[in-house]
Amino acid sequence: MTTETQSAVAGRLREVLDCVTIRFAGDSGDGIQITGQQFTTTTAIFGNDLATFPDFPAEIRAPAGTLAGVSGFQIQFSNRDIHTPGDRPDVLVAFNPAALMANIKDVPPNGVVIVNTDSFGEVDLRKAQCTSNPLEDGTLSAYNVFKVPITQLTLKALEPVPISHKEKERCKNFFALGVLYWLYNRPMEPTLKWFQQKFGKKDPKLVEANTLALKAGVGYAEATELFRSQYDVPPAAYAPGRYRNVMGNEALALGLVAAGKLCGLPVFYGSYPITPASDVLHELSRHKNFGVTTFQAEDEIAAVTAAIGASYAGALGVTGTSGPGVALKSEAINLAVMVELPLIICDVQRGGPSTGLPTKTEQADLLQALFGRNSESPVCVLAPATPSDCFHIAIEAARIATKYMCPVFILSDGYLANGAEPWRIPKVADLPRFEVKFRTTPDCFYPYLRDERTLARPWATPGTPGLEHRIGGLEKSHIHGNVNYDAENHDFMCRLRAAKIQRIVQDVPDLEVNGDEDADVLVIGWGSPYGSIMAACQEARRKGTKVAQAHLRYLNPLPANTGKVVARYKKVLVPELNLGQLLMVLRSKYLVPARGLNKVQGKPFKVSELADAIMQEAKNLS
Amino acid sequence: MSPTTPTPPAAPALPAYTKKDFQSDQEIRWCPGCGDYAILNAVQQVMPTLGIPREKFVFVSGIGCSSRFPYYMNAYGFHTIHGRALAVATGIKLAKPDLQVWVVTGDGDGLSIGGNHMIHALRRNVDLKILLFNNRIYGLTKGQYSPTSELGKINKSAPFGTLEQPINPISLALASEATFIGRSVDIYPRHLMELLRRVSAHKGAAFVEIFQNCNVFNDKAFAAMTEKDVRDERNIQLEHGKPLVFGKNRDRGIRLNGLKPQVVKLGENGVTEKDLLIHDEHDVALAYLLSRIGHPEFPLPIGVFRAEKLPTLEERNRQQMDQVRAKLGEGDLERLLNAGDAWDVK
Repeated sequence: MTTETQSAVAGRLREVLDCVTIRFAGDSGDGIQITGQQFTTTTAIFGNDLATFPDFPAEIRAPAGTLAGVSGFQIQFSNRDIHTPGDRPDVLVAFNPAALMANIKDVPPNGVVIVNTDSFGEVDLRKAQCTSNPLEDGTLSAYNVFKVPITQLTLKALEPVPISHKEKERCKNFFALGVLYWLYNRPMEPTLKWFQQKFGKKDPKLVEANTLALKAGVGYAEATELFRSQYDVPPAAYAPGRYRNVMGNEALALGLVAAGKLCGLPVFYGSYPITPASDVLHELSRHKNFGVTTFQAEDEIAAVTAAIGASYAGALGVTGTSGPGVALKSEAINLAVMVELPLIICDVQRGGPSTGLPTKTEQADLLQALFGRNSESPVCVLAPATPSDCFHIAIEAARIATKYMCPVFILSDGYLANGAEPWRIPKVADLPRFEVKFRTTPDCFYPYLRDERTLARPWATPGTPGLEHRIGGLEKSHIHGNVNYDAENHDFMCRLRAAKIQRIVQDVPDLEVNGDEDADVLVIGWGSPYGSIMAACQEARRKGTKVAQAHLRYLNPLPANTGKVVARYKKVLVPELNLGQLLMVLRSKYLVPARGLNKVQGKPFKVSELADAIMQEAKNLS
Repeated sequence: MSPTTPTPPAAPALPAYTKKDFQSDQEIRWCPGCGDYAILNAVQQVMPTLGIPREKFVFVSGIGCSSRFPYYMNAYGFHTIHGRALAVATGIKLAKPDLQVWVVTGDGDGLSIGGNHMIHALRRNVDLKILLFNNRIYGLTKGQYSPTSELGKINKSAPFGTLEQPINPISLALASEATFIGRSVDIYPRHLMELLRRVSAHKGAAFVEIFQNCNVFNDKAFAAMTEKDVRDERNIQLEHGKPLVFGKNRDRGIRLNGLKPQVVKLGENGVTEKDLLIHDEHDVALAYLLSRIGHPEFPLPIGVFRAEKLPTLEERNRQQMDQVRAKLGEGDLERLLNAGDAWDVK
């Protein structure tokens, strides 16, 4: 829906839009991510709902100007509740030919394309493998193209600043940001403030330079006759409260800090740097005043085993990694299964197998988390649905791990990790508090004597007089915990460990179904596609298809009513960014003829592709 | 004490421990005649004398014959997975620095599968008491060569002899910046106990190589150096501040000839004790030199190669936490969640 009014600026139209998707694209050294993040912060403060999708190469500085080096940042913002960063950008800002060519196919006809004409020289074109200049050869004829000499204009604006030519050139992203701020009527203040914070102490000249670049962009957009319209995307109607932007990894780290506070345990985070999980380590390492110990281990195995050691000694032991790291940690996770100590394993999934697509998203570690260890190895598995949900899932993981004395997986992914959304900041008083009980008295103490309700064994930490005991990875006898190779005991203990994890179901809320109760089609998902699935179901409903939707945050154990829910519908669709892992679980567990909607392209689902698939399935039924 | 002096409140008296207090009820399952028994015995004898409450002791191990050790100690014990004991122990120590954590490992567990953790636990100076039982063979898997097996050794997985240069555990520990490094032998109980007492007193990563006989798969591996009738002539006890003298009659010593060590006879060619190297536990270069010598060209050095007091990882961790607290204040969750660019919706 668009309403047009006469703009305050003479001769300009002022249009009101519901929703806009912008994609910034350039070299990985062009500051694309920073530009996107600044647009995001400003837009959040302005009051729009938003979702972002940063998409960058694994190489820190891939060869400049090449297709391999293109970094992108997409944001959708709106005056209403939105769930995804948008399928296709309404606006593409391309800093060079490679960025243009890599992204143009995603822009719908008549979409806005803003290009930096200063980087379309012969060499730039050759690096992008263009045989002719796309600005001239008709490639862009279907689009609304704005050719802006961004580099030249930036250099000109920065003439008075005594910094090098190269440093001036590097400010061009903020010139472009200025253009977009004018186009979408955003305030400059948040970014100006950020310049001060970022460069104020280090180099005031850079504050001046970037400020000039941003203002020059705004000024240029206003003065040039290139742009016919200015657009307003009014603030969304939010529930009252205090908000901030949050990315998944940040939320996960904050959730772990909060979990430690809420149960009164010091957090120990053992990790080995790995994309896209490293930001959790970075964030946690800043919070030592919360008693958080971060341990950058020599490898993935040391990271998890140190966390197990810390947990044994009474801390909240956490390790974080991505899929390849989980593979390395498997044996140690099994140790935690066997010795029944709390352990949180954060798996920020990425494209695989092997090194795979380090910076791209995928959710293909579900079966690894559930089964990727030797022998019978039951663990609890949780998955956040949105970036901010990572916060709540971290607390939930800690609560379950300490209550049931078991490893708990958190399956986040690259999309959640780096994606941002506005988050209504919870009040600490509203967060769930949970008590952790250590065993302190020696009467009737046996290391494997279990709580009747949870089947958890006691947590008896070294240093406690009278509770000296031995634990280890060898099979142990029921109650006493002594090494035991007896056949019946092993069978019993395997079943007992599985039963304990199953008992967690008493702490798992029932699966809720949203949408049309009387629909024939149920769409059930897990993890990061939540937003896409939600938006696709809404889209399908808007177009007249009845559809029910459910989303799993608990993957093991599954909510108690899951079987009933999936049995209720004629058709069960399971969209996943893998080749059918939850699908396999649901089919084998509940014997339902569920169908998968699967892709592994290192990208999130598009709303349109899911909506089309849902509507098609519904049509096939009728 | 005069009757007028007020008596200070006594610290809760430590129970009068005996060796028995450190023996668990578990049946010991090492092969009869294994050197592990002697080491266990030495440890159980030393523990009651250290003045530390029993509940403060944690024994952590990996996998291998030696790694069954924690089951036999009546203390806290954690039998972990192959090679990873040091990493588990690091986590324990960081979480609860007041525990005295002993790691029992072997040449396979500690230098092969766990070699990486060894390097890093040592360089970080985690306050761990690391006992590496070196029998130069894989025992629990029945006789394959280990990273300390001699080049050319014939064994089950190398029937025509091994092709690999063995690692020198003491040199490795030095290169890894261990702050305490010692060596003893399973059949030298008094020497071993004395060394264990020093290990207990040392604050920081303490690495002890213990020659341990595997009488089933590598019997008499150290006999040529350690049998009763030869040990005086073929061992040299390192003593801080004292010249490197050895021999039953203490008539031989080690001196430097240029940069090369050399065995000399005292009284021959005018050589006196003054010409000999003086052992210095703070001299890393000397320690390295001593780590490279041994039977048959030289006597085998036993005792303490290096002892240096340096801050431990857990001390640094606490200190940094205190500093950050002093700077930023005690962590306030409400403030943390509301940090950054937050905005209000009315």
